[in-house]
Amino acid sequence: MTVQPLIHARGLVKRFGDFTAVAGIDLDVAPGEAFGFLGPNGAGKSSTMRMIGCVSTPTEGTLSILGMDPVRDGVKIRARLGVCPQLDNLDPDLTVAENLTTYARYFGLPRAEGRRRAAELLEFVQLSDRAESKVDPLSGGMKRRLTIARAMVNQPDLVLLDEPTTGLDPQARHLLWERLFRLKQQGVTLVLTTHYMDEAEQLCDRLVVMDAGRIVAEGSPRSLIETHSTREVVELRYGDTPLESLRGKLDGVGERIDVLPDRILLYADDGDAAVAEVHRRDLAPSSVLVRRSSLEDVFLNLTGRTLVD
Amino acid sequence: MVTTFVATAGLRTGTLSPGRIGAVISRNIGPLRSGPAYWVVLVSGFFEPLFYLLSIGLGVGALVKNITLVDGSVLSYAQFVAPAMLATSAMNGAMAETTFNFFFKFKYIKTYDAMLATPVQPFEIAMGELIWAMIRGSLYTAVFLGIMVAMKLAAFGWAVAAFPATVLVGFAFGAVGMAFSTLMRGWQDFDLLTTAQFALFLFSGTFAPIENYPPAIQVIIECTPLYHAVGLVRDLATGVPDWATVGHAAYLVVMVVVGLWFTGRRLEAMLLK
Ligand SMILES: Nc1ncnc2c1ncn2[C@@H]1O[C@H](COP(=O)(O)OP(=O)(O)OP(=O)(O)O)[C@@H](O)[C@H]1O
Ligand SMILES: [Mg+2]
Repeated sequence: MTVQPLIHARGLVKRFGDFTAVAGIDLDVAPGEAFGFLGPNGAGKSSTMRMIGCVSTPTEGTLSILGMDPVRDGVKIRARLGVCPQLDNLDPDLTVAENLTTYARYFGLPRAEGRRRAAELLEFVQLSDRAESKVDPLSGGMKRRLTIARAMVNQPDLVLLDEPTTGLDPQARHLLWERLFRLKQQGVTLVLTTHYMDEAEQLCDRLVVMDAGRIVAEGSPRSLIETHSTREVVELRYGDTPLESLRGKLDGVGERIDVLPDRILLYADDGDAAVAEVHRRDLAPSSVLVRRSSLEDVFLNLTGRTLVD
Repeated sequence: MVTTFVATAGLRTGTLSPGRIGAVISRNIGPLRSGPAYWVVLVSGFFEPLFYLLSIGLGVGALVKNITLVDGSVLSYAQFVAPAMLATSAMNGAMAETTFNFFFKFKYIKTYDAMLATPVQPFEIAMGELIWAMIRGSLYTAVFLGIMVAMKLAAFGWAVAAFPATVLVGFAFGAVGMAFSTLMRGWQDFDLLTTAQFALFLFSGTFAPIENYPPAIQVIIECTPLYHAVGLVRDLATGVPDWATVGHAAYLVVMVVVGLWFTGRRLEAMLLK
């Protein structure tokens, strides 16, 4: 038996005039999955999310959400989605609690039920003590949490999170991750976009790497790293020495070399052995770091560019 | 189940839901509790036409002889001006909501983007906001009619008959104002709108019967909306409705339909790209 996917897309394209933002992508997201889009600015992540959220019409291809057609059944689909857009659009004229109760009304929930859920969700995102405050004085992290609470008010089957933690400090991010992880444990299907590889690694069961409107790789964070990178990465820094001149001298150390503006990356399954080889060649760096390979390396490997510029 | 998309077919509008329209309306109740700023705007919009009635209707009225309308009926000047101020009040009340407030929600605080991520549809937003605007406009006109009856500028029965007419006026200007707001590029464009509103206010048979103007000007005035609003409200408030009254009402109904339709389409085009 195959489980029907919540999101099914084939050859999905989005064009704005002559410009192609999404250039034909295939997707299948199963119920209960945490699925991620990882990619740099302008990769087409938000454009894809908006099509999935039924607020943007696909230009070409097929798309079905929750087994329905987003063009014909947009109202029915949106009734079962929770959306956290890239830019917060909380209502500054309303209080924190009113933002949730008002939103509940758009889904046709009775007032009393809306109030009950609002109280419960504010508890969940740890904002109960700010319930009567206006939205503007909240910190970025609090606003983001409120937006996520708002997305949960209709008890959605599918939650879309467009860059849920961009611009937040590490502490606020960790709190958000922890809340999202709990949602995932409750069986909520999460689809998120990010340009943070650590976020993708933390939250996603499976992800696609997007670049310039296309999917360039797909898999679990682990399998992507195994396929597209080595087990370990050595980061070498040489102070002010021009790095490009070292490329030839390091040839053959590890499986691959990337020269970045500020450091050299050596890809090797055994990082310590690679460092030993560097020293043997008399190329002792000013600083050295051996670390496990990450999605950042996968992206660099696939596109020749770093994720966050 | 699944459509293969060809070119850009828009997202289809489903059945309109009174519940969702109601939800759009009730979004506006929260801000009312938010403090005095909103209420200052609300109250000032009401007093403007009232001050005109008192200063010009009564002040100038003392200098001017009675006015004989084309149908032969004779009115005091204040009786003539009051229904026009009433219609203006309905226009101002509704347009304050559907121009400034609408634009602010549309462009700055992204209220409608947030709504459209839920089952709420563009046309439901247009309907909800228009009904809210009309409620605001009707508050103005109900009080204004009360004042007219108290000042013996209208008979009670005819004042009751004029009330639904003012509701229609609110709907009509609210809908068209909202349609314009979807075309505004920034606040500077509102200066044009305010100027247009003021010109209508001065020349729509408000302070003098338009028969006093040259024929060419008369024809132009007869094409503009406030002329018909004033005509409708005046015919009813002064108790002399005729077939022309029906024509005025029809003009306003067309404004409602076109304004709503256009707003729905524009919201769709701007927010559901
Ligand atoms: N409404 C629009 N009209 C024209 N071009 C658009 C529109 N929306 C997006 N684009 C373009 O499509 C491309 C992809 O944009 P999109 O917002 O999907 O990228 P993204 O991956 O979400 O990027 P970011 O990480 O910066 O949010 C960009 O080049 C953008 O300028
Ligand atoms: Mg984006």
